[in-house]
Amino acid sequence: MSNQVETDAIIIGAGPIGLFAVFELGLLDLEAHLVDILDRPGGQCTELYPEKPIYDIPGLPFVTGQGLTDRLTEQIKPFKPTFHFNQMASGLQRQPDGRWRLSTDAGTEIIAHVVVIAAGGGSFVPKRPPVQGIEAFESRSVHYAVRRMEDFRGKNIVIAGGGDSALDWTLNLAPIANSLTLVHHRDGFRAAQHSVNQMRELAAAGRITFHVGGVKALHGLDGVLERVTLAGGDRKEWTIVADAFLPFFGLTMKLGPIADFGLNLHENLIPVDTARFETQTPGIFAIGDINTYPGKLKLMLSGFHEAALMAQAAFRVARPDEPLRFLYTTSSPSLQKKLGVA
Amino acid sequence: MKIIAIDREGAEHSLEGRDGWTVMEILRNAGLPIEAECGGACACATCHVYVDEAWFDRLPPRSEFETEMLDMATAYEPNSRLSCQITCAAGLDGLRVTIAPE
Repeated sequence: MSNQVETDAIIIGAGPIGLFAVFELGLLDLEAHLVDILDRPGGQCTELYPEKPIYDIPGLPFVTGQGLTDRLTEQIKPFKPTFHFNQMASGLQRQPDGRWRLSTDAGTEIIAHVVVIAAGGGSFVPKRPPVQGIEAFESRSVHYAVRRMEDFRGKNIVIAGGGDSALDWTLNLAPIANSLTLVHHRDGFRAAQHSVNQMRELAAAGRITFHVGGVKALHGLDGVLERVTLAGGDRKEWTIVADAFLPFFGLTMKLGPIADFGLNLHENLIPVDTARFETQTPGIFAIGDINTYPGKLKLMLSGFHEAALMAQAAFRVARPDEPLRFLYTTSSPSLQKKLGVA
Repeated sequence: MKIIAIDREGAEHSLEGRDGWTVMEILRNAGLPIEAECGGACACATCHVYVDEAWFDRLPPRSEFETEMLDMATAYEPNSRLSCQITCAAGLDGLRVTIAPE
């Protein structure tokens, strides 16, 4: 199978701790593949606060979420990690030879000696508006992303939200929709100004409708949407014909399939020992915000430490017959060679 | 000072506010189901609450950041606030908030 690969370590989550795990594993000659549901590295740092300041990284008096991600990405480059973006780790099975096989929802299969769960608060998934019965429409009429624009040709579309996604898809789908209604709770947007201007021009020309308000109810049969009830700012409600509803309220974190990996979760966190940062299942490690142990602090600082100890333990699992030689990057010519500086 | 918090099941909780703490922190410390994914950075809209009408105008107004971040709240109401942006203070004794739906 072409999409099956073998490596030393699978890291679930390409946030700051997953990225630094590549470094610590790499120093011990362990190669890593990372799986992340987002389309780029950084996790919460780039998804939630790319521009926000971080002041508690040792040696970096000030760095932004994006800046830290960029530096970590640079730091691990010598170890040539393989990234599998836009994929959710969906299944984990032990192989007859004792290694692990991780499968993703995109059909990738990775076989490795160890699995490192660095999934933070879980997978980023679209926020679902609390509209009664919305789940029933999700496979056919309610979409949190546009995969194929053609699927929306000739449709009566309702878009909710006030960010760039809501505005971009309003502009992109308006020319092919039969009708398009954008609803947002205020007459202001958290989106690029030129998109807002374009949207207002379309609305003024009568090619789309913009309402200040929200979606209150969905109506239809067997998952096929027929009408949507909207409520205006004055709470007045009315119903319009609609066959597609696209809510764009950003992302939230859900634990997802990791909950089914048999790791004896405690309040959605994975218990680990503090010598190895291994879970109760040998060969599966958990580091960063997703783990728990006495005294745990959800700080990146702690996650970096956990990555270093995890790597030592992971080496013993992946290379049981080799001695572990502990070296410092400052003084070791062999480490410096790996880092590409000697 | 007291904060009265109403959870998603409608149960009322009387919580002890602490000067300088945010309402989000008080709710989280009390074990109430407030996500607060970004940890209080006004970056995720998952600490969304509705402020009792009688109290809404007595709070310092929303910042522009909070107004923009509320665009990402899925169940906006005119009395929506992000609880990480409300700081406990003596004048807020008796503040009533309802945790917004997930």
